[in-house]
Amino acid sequence: MKLLALIKKEFLAVWRDKKSRFILIFPPIMQLFIFAFAATLDVTNASIAILNRDNGEQAFELTQRFHGSPIFRHITYLKGVEQIKPYIDEQKGFMVVSIDEQFSRNLDAGKPADVQLILDGRKSNTSQIVAGYAQSVITQFSRDVETKYEYPQINITLFPRYWFNPNQLYYWFTVPGLLGILTMVEALMITALSIAREKELGTFDQLLVSPLLPGEILIGKAVPGIVISMAEATIILIAGILVFQIPFTGSFLLLYLSMFVFVCAIIGIGLFFSALCSTQQQAILAAFVFNSPAVLLSGFATPIENMPKWLQYITYLNPLRYFLEISRGSFLKDFPARDVFKDTWPMALIAIVTLTGATFFFRRRIQ
Amino acid sequence: MTGKGSMWWRRVKALVVKEYYQIVRDVSSIMISVVLPLLLLFIYGFGVSLDIKHLRIGLVMEDTAPDAQSFAKSLTNSPYFDVKIDRSRDRFDQMIVDGSIRGIVVIPSYFSAFRERPPNQAPIQVIADASDPNTASFVQNYVAGAFANWLVQENISSNWQGLPLVNLQPRYWFNEQLDSRYFLLPGSLAIIMTLIGTLLTALVISREWERGTMESLMATPVRMWEVLVAKLISYFILGMVSFILSAFLTMLVFQVPFRGSFLLLLFAASVFLFTALGLGLFISTVAKNQFVASQAALITAFLPAFMLSGFVFEISSMPWPIRAITHVIPARYFVSCLQTLFLAGNVWALVLRNVLIMALLGMVCYLLTIFKTAKRLD
Repeated sequence: MKLLALIKKEFLAVWRDKKSRFILIFPPIMQLFIFAFAATLDVTNASIAILNRDNGEQAFELTQRFHGSPIFRHITYLKGVEQIKPYIDEQKGFMVVSIDEQFSRNLDAGKPADVQLILDGRKSNTSQIVAGYAQSVITQFSRDVETKYEYPQINITLFPRYWFNPNQLYYWFTVPGLLGILTMVEALMITALSIAREKELGTFDQLLVSPLLPGEILIGKAVPGIVISMAEATIILIAGILVFQIPFTGSFLLLYLSMFVFVCAIIGIGLFFSALCSTQQQAILAAFVFNSPAVLLSGFATPIENMPKWLQYITYLNPLRYFLEISRGSFLKDFPARDVFKDTWPMALIAIVTLTGATFFFRRRIQ
Repeated sequence: MTGKGSMWWRRVKALVVKEYYQIVRDVSSIMISVVLPLLLLFIYGFGVSLDIKHLRIGLVMEDTAPDAQSFAKSLTNSPYFDVKIDRSRDRFDQMIVDGSIRGIVVIPSYFSAFRERPPNQAPIQVIADASDPNTASFVQNYVAGAFANWLVQENISSNWQGLPLVNLQPRYWFNEQLDSRYFLLPGSLAIIMTLIGTLLTALVISREWERGTMESLMATPVRMWEVLVAKLISYFILGMVSFILSAFLTMLVFQVPFRGSFLLLLFAASVFLFTALGLGLFISTVAKNQFVASQAALITAFLPAFMLSGFVFEISSMPWPIRAITHVIPARYFVSCLQTLFLAGNVWALVLRNVLIMALLGMVCYLLTIFKTAKRLD
């Protein structure tokens, strides 16, 4: 009963203040919508230039193929080699396609012809993808010429297939990731601020002299964080399915069970910061210092397998890494229970360590 | 006139000394200005990479035609792939779901048969796990590249007429090794500067308002603009020191080449810092409360510097409303300067244009602050 009253009080403390209510609701939703579309490694609307020094029909035909592709939107024609450097240097586009004088003559004679691509290595990831698209345009062109002139052909073809996300929509990858990140940021912020706020306002001592046990106080502080962050996760989940139209193929029950374990692990970290910090500013900064590496080392923006081995071992300590796997798997890959369990038990371990750690630390602070 | 001038300068100097003590004593400002930049630089230097070194793929050999075997061999010999081979797809279907492989190359049972009948094409299926679209496109590109290499080798060894007629010769300027750290690390300097310029400054000034120490200062002969100028000077120095330290680490420890002029880099950095400080000042003037100021700084400065600056995610690929927003994000212009000065050298037209826009955005922040402050004093 006492505990229930405390939990009610904690909810009110978070909810009553208009500013903190605003901060809890508005930014996560705004971030979901902006980042779902902004956080894309996909390439569309790329600006490129073509330098065509050949007057023949074949070269003209090839340039038309680039116009037909939806990836290349703004195509500039350069007049001479000397224009290549300023075009790339000043980042007017990612790529210059350079066709030499011999191009059409070589092809008409059945001889191989060269096309040079000059790419901006300052954006090597985007440039590689742009080059990949150029490759497929040119390969198709090459095949058509071979068929037309009945030149000998390669008799093996690669058929690319994209599973789980056939149109390679990047936000299908981002939104399940944001489900994990925004839930983590929310849970951490609420709990990290909870004790620090009372310390700053001086109400913490009143709480300590109440008949509540330290363990009960901690539970009272943890419950609002768990409930509010899981409610927010539900909003993101619904938005992902209904607004973004991302297929959800897995099990809701398994997703929520693992989410509960994940949130508990984060709450433990938040309570630990809260017990450690004496002002809200310190708590905000501590949460921030935790969040940045946790997001960067979670596989959200760049895959964990690209990291050096020793750093990959460090990511095993990051609860977000496991939940991202489950979230992405549950959305797109119909994640079976076996795989969900494989990613949940490490989070459960982390949760036990952080929660007992926070309790221990909290008790010691009181005495 | 000169006497009066030196008076205010003395007061500002005294205030800068006061700021210095506050910074040195406060653990949290040391955290943001020294620990966090080093931590971020460290993570960007070691951890964040878009370059896939070993793609784990499964290879299904349903047909064992000599051609198929020779292609399989070229995949297993390639340093870019970590290949597991099986006769059937069942095991790989499971592994692609749990993420232990990124793609499956299938040489189907009808491989040889299809070559015998028109249109005489033997198919090889390349399945990529597109739940991560970026890695999926690398799977496709790498397998296509391995395939093209294999064709060339086959052609040399058997004098077989079957090379594609049009050859592609890609050249990557500025970054021949295609190392994504080369552009991620310089870009991350913009984030570090944003942390100090906007987040820390907004927090510190709003703390003075929240605790009422700003009013105490205003009761002294010191004028408010002198207090603010002293804060800006202090955090400008702190930001530049942190920037120079981080830039040196990027060049010396992480071995990112630097091809531009160091003076131009310092100039661009100080203009960006001027703008970031202006935004921090404006936020603190409006918010006057640490919690709101920190959230506002995160939303208007830190997250845009990370997501909307073109540092990881390409601006031209974003939908147009978001592209429009990026035009008022100062970090966008700074990231472009940093990547250019580090990798391409002094491209004056680009650097000067970007510096000019940053300076204009900074002026807007200061004008808004002055307008807001003037209104309050009435």
